[in-house]
Amino acid sequence: MHLASGVDPQLADLSNKLIYSAMAVYTIAMFAHMFEWTFGSKGAVAVRSKEQAGNLAETVAAAEPKAAKKVTVTVAGAKGGTTTLTRTVLAGEGATVVTGGRGEEEVDGPGAAGTNEKADLAGRIAVSLTVLAALLHGGGIVARGLSVSRWPWGNMYEFSCAFAFAMTGSYLVLLAARKNVRWLGLPVAVAVLLTLGIATQVLYTDSEQLVPALHSYWLAIHVSTAIFCGGAFYAAFISTLMYLAKDSFDKRMAAGLTTGPLGTSPSIWRRLPAASTFDKLSYRINALVFPLWTFTIIAGAIWAEAAWGKYWEWDPKETWSFITWVAYACYLHARATAGWKGRKAAYLALAAFACWLFNYYGVNIFVTGKHSYAGI
Amino acid sequence: MSKTTTGTELPPAPDDDTAAERLSTAPVESEGPTGIGVLGWARWMWRQLTSMRVALILLFLLSLAAIPGSLIPQNGQNQFKVQTWKAQHTTVAPIYEKLQLFDVYSSIWFSAIYILLFVSLAGCIVPRTWQFVGVLRSQPPAAPRNLTRMPVYAVWRTGADPEQVNAAAHRLLRKRGFRANLAGGSVAAEKGYLREVGNLLFHLSLFALLGGFAWASLASGTGGKLMVEGQGYSNTITQLDDFTGTRFYNNQDLDPFYLKLDNFTSKFQDKGDQMGAARQFTANVEYFEGSDESKLKKGTIEVNHPLEIGGSKVFLIGHGYAPVITVKNGKGDVVYHDVVPFLPQDANLTSTGVVKVSDYGVGPGGDKTQLGFSGFFLPTAPLSFAGTGPISLFPGDAAPELVLNAFSGDLGTDSGLPQNIYQLNTSKLTQMQQDGQPAKALLKPGQAWTLPDGYGSVTFEGYKQWASFNISHRPGNEIALTGAVLAILGLIGSLFIQRRRIWVRAVPLPGGGTQVELAGLARSESAKIAEELAELAVDLQDDAPAAEEDAPDAPDAPDAPDAPDDSAAAEEAPEAPAAEDPTAPADQNSKE
Ligand code: HEM
Repeated sequence: MHLASGVDPQLADLSNKLIYSAMAVYTIAMFAHMFEWTFGSKGAVAVRSKEQAGNLAETVAAAEPKAAKKVTVTVAGAKGGTTTLTRTVLAGEGATVVTGGRGEEEVDGPGAAGTNEKADLAGRIAVSLTVLAALLHGGGIVARGLSVSRWPWGNMYEFSCAFAFAMTGSYLVLLAARKNVRWLGLPVAVAVLLTLGIATQVLYTDSEQLVPALHSYWLAIHVSTAIFCGGAFYAAFISTLMYLAKDSFDKRMAAGLTTGPLGTSPSIWRRLPAASTFDKLSYRINALVFPLWTFTIIAGAIWAEAAWGKYWEWDPKETWSFITWVAYACYLHARATAGWKGRKAAYLALAAFACWLFNYYGVNIFVTGKHSYAGI
Repeated sequence: MSKTTTGTELPPAPDDDTAAERLSTAPVESEGPTGIGVLGWARWMWRQLTSMRVALILLFLLSLAAIPGSLIPQNGQNQFKVQTWKAQHTTVAPIYEKLQLFDVYSSIWFSAIYILLFVSLAGCIVPRTWQFVGVLRSQPPAAPRNLTRMPVYAVWRTGADPEQVNAAAHRLLRKRGFRANLAGGSVAAEKGYLREVGNLLFHLSLFALLGGFAWASLASGTGGKLMVEGQGYSNTITQLDDFTGTRFYNNQDLDPFYLKLDNFTSKFQDKGDQMGAARQFTANVEYFEGSDESKLKKGTIEVNHPLEIGGSKVFLIGHGYAPVITVKNGKGDVVYHDVVPFLPQDANLTSTGVVKVSDYGVGPGGDKTQLGFSGFFLPTAPLSFAGTGPISLFPGDAAPELVLNAFSGDLGTDSGLPQNIYQLNTSKLTQMQQDGQPAKALLKPGQAWTLPDGYGSVTFEGYKQWASFNISHRPGNEIALTGAVLAILGLIGSLFIQRRRIWVRAVPLPGGGTQVELAGLARSESAKIAEELAELAVDLQDDAPAAEEDAPDAPDAPDAPDAPDDSAAAEEAPEAPAAEDPTAPADQNSKE
């Protein structure tokens, strides 16, 4: 395992080619998403959803005579409105039909394509392309790892590739779980291309074995969870930004303006999910990742103990992980206990992510510490 | 923000407070000083300190305060860097010094923040723990009079007997893992206590972490030892190169053991753009604990793989080369024979070192003198030093060479002052000359250099490798680790478990029949409670089937002003997101 040579140049070369191909496919996917946004329309949405709702009401009504049990739950909304949730169990079939009737609550938009068929097709193509790109990307990472028979995250270039993969991966998993997140496609493609661009152009180093300081199975644990956390924090960050944007759009509309922020077309904003959906999503992701981030720091401390004799030395990387951790704890506190919903909490989330970004790029590049290894 | 929040969103109604009471451990914040005099103020200040808002501010301050330490060199990590920095910034350095910016993490202000934070934490968490124990001992709070005001609510009319409905609800709630209590014509139930447990556990385990830290900083010590292959030492203060102790682990407390470096292996990358990067370091050692030599064991020490001996861990922290040098005087007697560790100066292990021949005896001039040599050891020497000076090209020993300058005179070793063994004090030494130039030799292993002016010769016999070790005694790691693990478990409980209450009340209606009311209350971030209530209601309808003529909009709940007209809602449902994608009806809910 600790051999000094052992780099397979063919695999290493294959890995680079795969990463470049993935970037190319991501780029096409990005354009497809742009097409989707540009040609999607809001126009027919209201009509169609009315129609659909009518159909659904009919279905339920048709089922009604058979309905053995039906319950309607009234839910008080955050802004004083109410929504209802109706659950119907059909006799003999054991199936439940859930319909949600909504009162004054905000409503999610139909998505980037709106009702435009062409745009919808473009969106589907974009998703397929993203899957293809992710396969190439994953292949590139695996090839890189195989070329040196170790975990492929030993330097900044490798972290960045894996980190970008974590981002695409989380997005595709959410899609596969039938979550309404296709709107994430464009920002994810842009973020992934950016990360891979920086990785290949600025941070690139050849595939090599590791310096002895990185010979530890804690590397696999600590770094892979760190990469995952990074991808997820990034997704939450995008969601927070979308929340802030959609929220200002809503405010502009309420103030009687006719354009979105920065003079954008309102049609784009109307197709997006509701502000509260973005807000909840970013909270969910952050809350989900926080324990993992805690674990990452602890795993790092255990590793540091084995490598340097002290589990905590206030090395710049450690310090910034700690700062990031406290910043996210601040955010969670604010959300959970001080009742800071909305924009104020969103700003805290942005600040926390800024700490994370600085920890990732800033500390490695501007500050020297023990975490500087092999080619940055 | 004067009044906060028990973490739930309630329409304010008097009897709801009891319902929401203690659904979270968040403290209720006070308005201002109450009562009079010092005691009143003290109490107010204590309440402020233990309030959520101040906890937030302190947390924020803590992260801000940690920043300077990552940008300014710290004594705790690298004193040398601090010295360099101070020399470069002579104007601000004294100010920084005063502000303790070179020791941020042990500074008064940093300590003040975290101590206040922990006091605040104790003041917040300890009372809450007792309160929570109280909650566990008592039954879930009884149903509020007006259930329609609860965040989620359902109602229908049935022909079943109210008592049977209540009993069925009690049974169903129990089956769903609720703590349920049937009393006074209604059922009160609660679930998700583990959230509270998790939250308390998380905060309490932060104390364990702090305790582990504190114990480590009071009772740990580290020593350093450099050994050439074949050398060994006993872990005592006299044989260690250096040692920093603390209050409860000092010179006398050193763990007794013996350690010997048998040999050292290093491997380096020999091609590609990371050429020269280290790939493997292994120190093979022999050791025994205490003073019983018969228990000699073999072991290896690598980076990341320290060796544990007694209460200490031995870490490999550095390595280099040690030339073996023999010096003979003018008469050909050996006056010096030793292996001399040279210290690496760069990544390719260009190393510098000195040789001090203090027992040279009488020089060619007839008076007592001493010799000193300073020089470079290059594991892979270039063909020529032109333009570069003596530098090594590669850290492995591909073409080892020794470069030496020679001095004679007084080394200053007899002054009694402690001397740095890696430096030559040249104030009373004169450099030997040859042909009007400083005398200099370039030796390959086995070669000898005849010194000018009849001073004798120097032989570069060969070289060995040396390794330096950090011998670290640090208790408290287990405490901190336990704290950390509990903290994660606690966090998971606290963030992923929902705490919620459900009430069911079935009462006979004046006109005959029974009205069944269900209401739920949960932490605001949850949307699942509506689902859960609906499921419960559907199950309950086995025992309390909705009466045929019953419209779901519950005419019997006149005190439900905000209950919408559901049948209308179901028909319109214009923007129901579920309608967007009829194949995935549960989508909307799972997303929330
Ligand atoms: C040492 C620094 C602290 C850290 C890292 C920290 C972290 C956290 C985290 C991550 C949560 C989970 C949030 C959630 O349930 O969504 C939490 C909850 C909570 N914290 Fe802290 N906390 C700290 C100090 C404090 C202090 C000083 C107090 C009291 C003044 C406090 C009181 C609470 C309370 C009451 C909750 C639970 C709120 C609820 O019911 O959800 N914490 N804390």
